This record gives sequence, C-alpha cells and structure tokens, in this order.
Amino acid sequence: MTHLLASADRLLLAAEEAGHGAEEFADGGILASGAWLIPVVPMVVAFLIVFFGKRSPYKGWAMATGTMAFVALYGVVLFISNLNQGITYEGAVHLADIGTQSLGEHVGDIFAIEWGWMVDGLSIMMYFVVGVVGLLVFIYAKGYMEGDVRHTWFFASFTLFAGGMLVLVSAPNLIQLIVGWELVGVASYLLIGHYWEEHENSSAAIKAFLVNKVADTGLFIGAIIVGTSVGSFRFTDIMEAIAAGGGDTPLARFAFWAGLAIFIGAMGKSAQFPLHVWLPDAMAGPTPVSALMHAATMVTAGVYLIGRMFPFYMVEGFADEVRGIIIVIGALTLFLTGLLALVQDDIKRVLAYSTLSQLGYMVTAMGAGAYTAGLFHLFTHAFFKALLFLGAGAVIHAVHSNNMSDMGGLRKYMPYTFWTFVIGSWALAGIPVLAGFWSKDEILAGVQFAGSSESGFSIAQGGAGLANLVLVVAIAGAFVTAFYMTRAVWLTFFGTYKGHGTPHEAPRVMTYPLVGLAAGSALAGFLNVPGVTEFFTEGVGARFFEGFGGLEHHVTSIDWALAGLGSAAAIAGVAVGYTIWGPDRETQQARDTFSIPVLYPLLRHKYYIDDFYMDGVVRPVRGPLARAVNWFNDHVIDLVVNGAGWLAAVVARAVYFFDQRGIDGAIHASASVTGGGGGLLRLLQTGKVQQYAILLFAGTVILVAGFVSFAIF
Amino acid sequence: MGWFESGWGLSLVVFLPMVGAFAVLAIPKAKEEAQKQTAFLFALASFLLSVVVAFQFDYGALGDGSRYQLGTDLQWISAISSRYHIGIDGISLPLLVLSTFVTLLSVIYTWNHFPDPHNPKAFLALILVLATGMAGTFVALDLILFFVFFEVVLLPMYFMIGIWGDRNEVTLPVLRRTTEMRLYAAIKFFLFTLFGSAFMLLGFLALFFRSDMGLVGGTPGAHTFDIELLTEMGGMGVFAGGAAFWIFAALFLGFAVKVPMFPFHTWLPDAHTAAPTVGSVLLAAILLKLGTYAFVRISLPILPEEAESWAPAIAILAVIGIIYASLACLAQTDMKRLIAFSSVGHMGFVMLGIATLTDIGINAAIIGMVAHGVITGMLFFLAGSMSHRYHTREMARLGGNQKLMPIMGGILGFTAMASLGLPGLAGFWGEFMALLASFNPLEGLSLSLFRTLMILGAVGTVLTAGYMLWMLQKVNFGEPSAEWEGHDLHDVDRWEMAAWAPMLVAILGIGVFPRIVFGATNEAVIDVVDGIRAAIGV
Amino acid sequence: MIITQFVILGAALFALGVYGVLSRRNAVLVLLSVELMLAAVNINLVAFDAFVADRIAGGQIFALFIIAVAAAEVGIGLAIVLLIFRNRRSANVDELDLLKL
Repeated sequence: MTHLLASADRLLLAAEEAGHGAEEFADGGILASGAWLIPVVPMVVAFLIVFFGKRSPYKGWAMATGTMAFVALYGVVLFISNLNQGITYEGAVHLADIGTQSLGEHVGDIFAIEWGWMVDGLSIMMYFVVGVVGLLVFIYAKGYMEGDVRHTWFFASFTLFAGGMLVLVSAPNLIQLIVGWELVGVASYLLIGHYWEEHENSSAAIKAFLVNKVADTGLFIGAIIVGTSVGSFRFTDIMEAIAAGGGDTPLARFAFWAGLAIFIGAMGKSAQFPLHVWLPDAMAGPTPVSALMHAATMVTAGVYLIGRMFPFYMVEGFADEVRGIIIVIGALTLFLTGLLALVQDDIKRVLAYSTLSQLGYMVTAMGAGAYTAGLFHLFTHAFFKALLFLGAGAVIHAVHSNNMSDMGGLRKYMPYTFWTFVIGSWALAGIPVLAGFWSKDEILAGVQFAGSSESGFSIAQGGAGLANLVLVVAIAGAFVTAFYMTRAVWLTFFGTYKGHGTPHEAPRVMTYPLVGLAAGSALAGFLNVPGVTEFFTEGVGARFFEGFGGLEHHVTSIDWALAGLGSAAAIAGVAVGYTIWGPDRETQQARDTFSIPVLYPLLRHKYYIDDFYMDGVVRPVRGPLARAVNWFNDHVIDLVVNGAGWLAAVVARAVYFFDQRGIDGAIHASASVTGGGGGLLRLLQTGKVQQYAILLFAGTVILVAGFVSFAIF
Repeated sequence: MGWFESGWGLSLVVFLPMVGAFAVLAIPKAKEEAQKQTAFLFALASFLLSVVVAFQFDYGALGDGSRYQLGTDLQWISAISSRYHIGIDGISLPLLVLSTFVTLLSVIYTWNHFPDPHNPKAFLALILVLATGMAGTFVALDLILFFVFFEVVLLPMYFMIGIWGDRNEVTLPVLRRTTEMRLYAAIKFFLFTLFGSAFMLLGFLALFFRSDMGLVGGTPGAHTFDIELLTEMGGMGVFAGGAAFWIFAALFLGFAVKVPMFPFHTWLPDAHTAAPTVGSVLLAAILLKLGTYAFVRISLPILPEEAESWAPAIAILAVIGIIYASLACLAQTDMKRLIAFSSVGHMGFVMLGIATLTDIGINAAIIGMVAHGVITGMLFFLAGSMSHRYHTREMARLGGNQKLMPIMGGILGFTAMASLGLPGLAGFWGEFMALLASFNPLEGLSLSLFRTLMILGAVGTVLTAGYMLWMLQKVNFGEPSAEWEGHDLHDVDRWEMAAWAPMLVAILGIGVFPRIVFGATNEAVIDVVDGIRAAIGV
Repeated sequence: MIITQFVILGAALFALGVYGVLSRRNAVLVLLSVELMLAAVNINLVAFDAFVADRIAGGQIFALFIIAVAAAEVGIGLAIVLLIFRNRRSANVDELDLLKL
C-alpha cells in the first residue's frame, strides 16, 4: 500500500520550485520546513480535547492554551527571523492525483489534491497575529469561561477555530484555503451558537454560517475558474501565470468573473456590505469568541485572501477591473456600518459595527493597491479590537448585561479595564502615535496615491475621481469612528452606575491579557512608520512582488498634511462625542440623542437589510417555496405514480369483471345450457315402453307424412 | 495465480452472506443469540475477505488488456450465451468494500434494535440475502448476471419494508386512500423499481441482439451479454445509430429510477421513511449506488456516443434534483423524510459528475457515492435510534436532544456537517469536484450550459447547508420539551457505538485522505473516459 | 289383379296391432298385438309378391321368414313376460319402467 503514503520526493520538488526565482530569500531552514506543525497541532489538539479534555488539567483549557502558546512562540520566532532575512518556503504533501487531461485546456494536467504549508511574509504575519492575539484571548477565556456549562467543549471548538484559521493562512493552494475557510466557518457556527438553549443564539449561528456559505459559493466558483484556467490550484503556479502576462490566456479571459467571485467569497468572511449582516449577530457567542473572531481569525480571512491573490487584482489584463468594485464596497462598508455603531446600546454590537467599519478600511486599501497599508491595519486592528472586546467582556462579566444602559460610571470600579479600554478606543479612533493612527494614515495615503495621476489607476479600474471620493469618505469615516467610540467609552465608564449590584474588577487572568494587548495597541504602529521604520513593509510583502514591477504602493515618507487631516478628524470626533454624550442623562431616550428624522429609524433598522434578507429571501424560500415544492412532489409527481397505481387497479378490476362475467360467463353458460337441455330431454325418458313406441310411431308417421307431402323421393 | 485470485475470492465475498442466510434459517427460532452470532460471523467474513481483495488488488495494473482483476469467466447459461463472468476494477472495488462494510455494521446495529414484529431469524436472513445481491451487482460482468443480482436486491428490501416497516396510517393526497405506510411504501418501492428494471432488461436484450462476436475474435454473428466485450464493441461504434438512442433511453429509465433522479425519485422518501432503520441504512448506503454504478459501468462505456448526447439532459435533471430536493427538505417536518430527500440532492451531485464525462467528474461521482453511503447511512442510523427512543420523528418535538443525549447530538451534528459538504469530511470532495468538473465538461458538451449548472449547483450547496442547519437547530438545540421528563432516554449504547464508530472514522478518513478512494478509482476512471473520448473522437 | 283391397286389409290389421301395442296394459296382449302387426306385414308382402310376380317370389319367402321369426319371438317374449310376472306378480307394462334407469 505504498501508494497511499505521501511521497517525499514530491515534497522536495515543491520546496525547490518555491525557492526558484526568489534566490535572495532564505528558505527558512528547519524553522520553515517544520511550520506544518502550526496548523496541524491545533487541529489534533482540538480532537484530543473532545475526547480527553474533561480529564486534562483545567478541563481542556491547559491543552488549548498550551497549543496557542506553541503557535504564538512559533509565530514570534518566524516573525522576527522574517524581519531579519525574509523567508519564503512552500512545503507540500500529495494527497491524491486525479485525472490526466480534464483540468484546464492543458492536456496532461493533473488535478492534484495537496496539503501544504506556506511560509512567507503574509502567512508569517498571520501566524504571528493569530498566535499572539489568540494566546492572550485564550488566557483571558480561562477567567471568562470559569464554570461554563460546556467548558471543555468550548475550548475544543475554540482551538478548532484557531486551527481552521491557521489551515487557511498556511494554505499554498486554493483547495486547502477553502478547507480552512470552511473549518473557520463551522467553528464559528459552533462558538456563536455556544449557548444554544436560546433559540436566538442558534439562529445567529445559522445566520453566520449561511451568509458565509452564500459567499463561499463565490469562492468555490472563483477557485474553480482560476484553478481550471491555470491548470493548478497552487498560488505559486497562479502567480506564475499572472506574471506571464495577460492577453488571450484562459486565465485572463475569465479573470474578471473569477476575481469578482473570489471577492464575493472575501466579502462574506470579511463581512463587507451587504453581506455584513451576520457579524453583529455573531455577538451571541461568548465574548472571547468575539474577540478572536474580530481580531485575528475569521473576519481577517477575506482581507488575507485578497492579499494572497493581490497580483491577480492588480496586474492589468486580469481582474484589475474588479478593483473599482472592491474600493466601492470597502468605502460603503466603512462609512455605513460606522454610522450603525452610533445607535447601538449593546456594547458588543458597537464594537462589532466598528469592526465592520475597520474591515471596510482594509478592503478599501487592498482595492486601492495599498497592500502594505491594508495588511498593516489588519495587524494593528487585531491588537486593539481584541483589547476592546476583552475589555467589554470584563465589563459584561462585572455588570451581567451587554447593554450600555445598564452601565455607566465603571471607571471607578474597574480601573485596569477602563484605562486599557481607553487606549484601545483611541488606537481605534486613530489618535496620533497609537497603532491605529499609523495604519489608518497609511491607508489614507494609499487611497490618495490611487487618486493621483502617477498611480495609473485607470478609468476601467475605477478611476482617480472615484479614489478621491473614497478618500473623503475614509476621512469622514475616521470622524465617525472617533465619534462612536467616545460614545461607547462615555456611556460605559462615565456618569453614574445604572445597573444592579456592585461591579468589581475582573480577575488577574483577565486583566493581564488586557495590559498585554494595550501595550500592543499602543506600540504596534511603530513597526511601520513611513520613512523611519519599515520592518513591516519589508517583512510582510513589498519585496515579494518583485516579479510584478510597481505593483504595490506603500508610502515612503509621512505626508504631514494628510496625517494632520486624519488626526484632526479623529480628534474632532472625540470632541463632538464628548459634547454630546459628556453630560450624564438618565433616560434611554435622552442617551440616544441622535434622533435625526429618517436617518435615525434607518439606522435603528440597520438600513432594513436584515429585514430584506429575512422577509425577501429566507422566509419565502423556507416557507412558500419549499412548501410549494413539497406540495408539487406529493400532489403532482406522486399523483402520476399513485395515479398509475390507481389506474392499474381500476383497469385490473375491469379486466377481472370481464374475465369473470365475460369469458367465464360464456363457459358457464354453455355448461348450463347443456345441463338444462339434458334435463328437458330427460323428461322423455319415462322407461315406459309404450310411450317410446308412441313416439316411434309418431316419428314414423311424421316422416312418412313428410316424405309423402314433400315428395322427397 | 492462486485459487483466491482466480475468482474464488470474489465469489466468496458475494455468496458467503447467502450461505449465512441459509445457516441462520437452519437455526431453531428460539436461539436468537446463535442466529445473531451466525449472521455476524458471515457478514464479518465477507467484509474481511473484501478487505483482502482490496489488498490483493493491483492498483497500478491496467496494461495487460483487461482492467478487471481477481475475476473468473465460466460457462453459465449456454443457451443464451450468458456466462458467470465476474471481476473488479478500481470503480467497483470501493463500492464492493462499502457494501460489505455497511452490511456488517447493520448486523451489529440490529443486535438489540429489532423492529417489531421482532423475528430476528427472518430479518437477519434478509439482510444477508440483500448483501449477496449488492455485492454481486458490483462484481458482475455479464448483463444477465448483473440483472439477476440487481433484482435479487429487491425482494429482501420489499419484505423488510413491508413487514418491519412503519405501521402508521397514511392518506394519499388527491386520491384520498388510506393505507398502512409500510404496505404503501413497500409496494411502491417494488413496483417502481421493477418498472425501471423492465426497461433495463429490454435494453440489455437490445444490446445482446445487436452485438456481434465476430468483431472481437469470436464466431461471427454470435451474440453476447459480456460487459467487457460489449464495451469493446461500443468503442468500435457497433451500437451507434438511431436504435442506440432508444437503448440508452431504456437503460436510463432503469438506472435513473434506482439512483433516483428527478422525477423518478418519489419512491425514495416513502421507502426510506417507512423502512426499519437498517433497511433505510442499506437502502441509502448501497442500493442507490447500484443505479449510479450501472451508469458508469454499462451506459457510458457501451454507448459512448449516446452518453454524450444524453449528458446535457442528465446534467439538467441532476441539477433540478439538487435544487428541488433541497427545497423539499426545507418543508419537511419528519426527520427521516428530510434525510431521505437529502439523498436525492446528493445523488444529484453524483449524477452531475457523471454527466460531465470527465475523469474528474466520474472520480467525483464515485467518491460522492462512497461518501454518501457512509454519511447518509450514518444519518439514518441516528434517525432510527432517535425515533426508537422518542417514538416520534417530528422534529418540532425533538428539540433539545443535545441536552438529553449529548453524545447522540454530537454525532448528529458531526454527520450533518459532513452531509452539507464540510471540507475535511467525506462529503466535500464529491460536491466540490462535481462542480469543478462541470466548469470544463468533455469537449463537445455545451460549456455555457454546464457552467450555468455549476452555478446552480453551488446555490444548491447553500440550500443544503440551510436545511441541515435548520434540522440541527430544531432537533438538537433549545430546551427539551417537558413531555420527555421521566422518560428513560439513555444516550448511545455500546452496540450503537460499535456500529457507528467505524462509520465516523470512515467519514473523517475519506475527508482528510481522499486517496483512500481516488487511489483505486483514478486509473479505472481514466480508462473509461479514454474509451469515451476515443469513441467520439475528441 | 287389384291390390287395393289387400293393402287396405293390411293397413287395417296393422293399425289394430298398433292400437293394441300402445293401449293394452297386459304384456301378453301387447305381444298378441305385435303378432297382428306382423300378420299385416305378411299380407302386404304376399299381396305385393303376387302383384309384382317376380321369378323368385321374394315376397313369399320373406313372409315365411317373418312367420318363423314371429314364432321365435313369441316364444322368447312369452318367456320374458312369464319371468316378469313371476318376479313382480304382474304383467302390467305400465309398472315396467326399468329402462329409465
């Protein structure tokens, strides 16, 4: 059965191919070739927790956190060595070969199912983020999930969640990416629906899964088109095909549709407008889940995917015309969902909408060609969003309510939480020198560059005018961000406490991660100060695009005017927020001072998008349409079948009648006629000789009379 | 060649269960344990032998003229030149192993799950007879032999449904007749399938009379039922022409009913719903595969030109089936009926794969069959065990099952995920690759049609996810209803665990390591597709 | 020669015989009536023989045959009647319906 085993030569070959054409990078040595452990260990541990978690120390928590510590450590080491030397490595194990000729128009191509691991700037950055942020969230979860009904099960799914994300980011081909993509989806389903006793929660889980599944069909189709056109699902092969240039290659012909389809996939996972509806509802899960989901896993997957396929969207002649759509979707998301954050009472929902808004920034950046800026924002965002969620979790833990109307004045009770939360919200708002400031500023610079004449952002791709418009929207978005974050901070931590009981600071196992993340939120930005420190640019990617000249744009110096504009918007947002929400008010109505006619109801109803999906799509499909099909099945198709049976029975009865009364009747009739005739004739047989003799003579007389009268002779 | 390789091994795999059936019948009625042990031993022996066959099988060999291995070719009914010709290739091997595997697990499961009216002796004997029919269909290489095995399957299943089936009353829509569910379902199943088989037999006869042994080195003018020889003749275009259309149509009717394809599917939900648990499992896991297998084994290679001209119609029906079945699933309130309808949708993906006539598509179809076998089989086990405990299959009443039976609920969740095509579990490959293949079907087939079907099929996956998740929500989640308080609702017992654990391992194993199936199928599928390509000249 | 008177005599005698056969209850009288009918036939045979006057006189020979047969018949008939009478104590033909069986 040797054929079933992975072939080692394939693996070496893959490594050689990957190294080819990128001589200046180290292959990372044993560090990179062993990186398969990063996705595999969490997946295996997730299984082990299911079976043995209950008996392990801390009921599964220790196993899960140990795993994440391993991933974090591996991620940090890789990250640092990548900053030093730049690693590019690709390992692969063959799982199956299928076919000889059908894939693509290249006769002789084989559809190979491979499992591999990619170790390059992009994936290393993701390993780092998932590992480090994940570790902190896992530590925090120990305190948060203490005494939960399904403690062990939670850590099993949580590990699966992180593991799925690692499978996704380690994928060197689209198939494995899809595998990880769906694993993340199913893990999120399990986690969002963790408290499934409530119907609402399991519905939220289903919503998340289904919206993602809808988008996944896009990814499926896009992956199929790309894979079939190139003849391989490997990213390296796809990039090679793109580097070979456009024209009339199969890939170029379908590029627009493939690019659009893949982007739809990304829209689902990264919750872009109008597929964003699942993310706010995903708050039904325990808070650590939200923290991990919004920071490191799941929602970053879409941005990561665009990053992975970046040249496909940038090189002219391929999917470059999708760029305009990407920018528009990103800009819509960042602005519209930011507004929604203004009217939420649930603190987690405020944060959820802020995540949507920030994802909009990332997607806009990717669309504008600002690869480094988009990913840098992903990177910094991971820290402060995890921080904010964990802070919110600590608050919820203390107040036993998600609603800000039950909070207020918590500053005094929860000093650690308060200060770290403020740092997080400033970082998110883009207050200067905190992490968010740098990354957001780079995005603005990237969009500005796309709007300039030197960028070559053609009309077909969207055009400079569009980019400039988006720039304005992005700056306005910065204002909105600061605005709603100020509101959240104020309603939660200032004024008087409106809830029940006395809130208390969270235990250390929860506050320490907060402090760690706060440090990250404050300092992560310095990894990539334009013109000063360019560790991130160097590490994550710009250098990897040398096969594609001038593909990626990143700012090389600080544009003081733009930075000033951005921070002015942020500071203005804080200031306006303070003037509106600063004074403490008692009633709910008063706290929502945002009662602008038309706009306010529109925001409260989330632009009616959820209602449209439910009433316009889901209910009709589940209700009337499904029932109609079922009715059709039972009353029409089955009528044919049952009718045929019924008809057969009727015909059979008719045939039986004919048989019994017709054919058999004739036979019976002949018998009875014979019998009856015999009975009549019997009467003649009296046994009396003289009667016989009378008949004899009578017969003779008749005969004679006949002969005589008719003269027969 | 040893005795095992020259046909005895396969024959034993096929006929041991039949011997077992007689052995079980010979045991006195009172000795139930002995009956169960005997049945178990014979099923186990058949399974182990099929595993040995899988190890004996030479996965790389296609060169020596025949792709069929480990078989034999003996005189059988010389009057109609029908022969006892058996053998396996990479296409039938996984299905053969699947059939013995599921039979074994079914025997284990029935150990203490005998449906009313009990009578283990008859029930076990029927399972074993069924096993012979199923395994035989997968090894038969003679049309008459194939037909015999194909029909042998019908009878035990008829009795299983008719005797041990659901005794609830059912009223037929429109006709307003009331009858017992089991009787209605059993008769519908039997007659519907027989209706298809009649046409199938006509098709076989037509092939027989149009064959000519002279072309393959035999007596000119002599006819044959041999699949291998007919395939060779089909490649030469012997059957091409107007009559071929009708032959294909007859075969199509026969196989499509068995698959079942829309609109010939309506026997399936009733049969599944009414059948006892093991009956549903065997029906879903193996019986449905007979139809799809027959397409790959008989229709495609023998009538390649017709396969190409019929492919669009088959693909359209397959995709209609996917969407239609998913929508019908959304309307179900009965858990077992929902799973039954989901089978129609999954077999739609299998047929879509076959209709692309590419090696990726047909490989997808075979892994889809195997995956559907273990996944849906597992779902029916679960549905059976749950209705055994709750005495109802109404999903609305089952809510909160996860709380009452955590392990059962967990397994149900896992299997439902596999069924909706989660990557990493068995269901994914068949679905994804069928879509992949329909992006680039065989040259000459309409690209725009198949690509549209790909998109519709992808929409079908969303609907599939929808009904599976809603089913889980209704059955597993929420608080359990008060009516179950005080009921003895024990979680999974050890017989169930023994029967299910191998299934669950198979679901995970095939998902993670699809080479388990592809390693066997790929070469044979390439051979089939090459034959088709050569025959139609692309 | 005129044959008419002989034929009329024959017919009358035959009719008398027929009447006797059909109407008498006593078996002996029935037998006697049969003898009358045979006598009528004999008269006819002889008369037609004389009328035709063929060389071998077939009519008279037949008449002789009939007389012989009639003698034998009466012998057997009376014996049967005698036996019936002995068994049944009656010679009434109405009671004799064994032919019905």
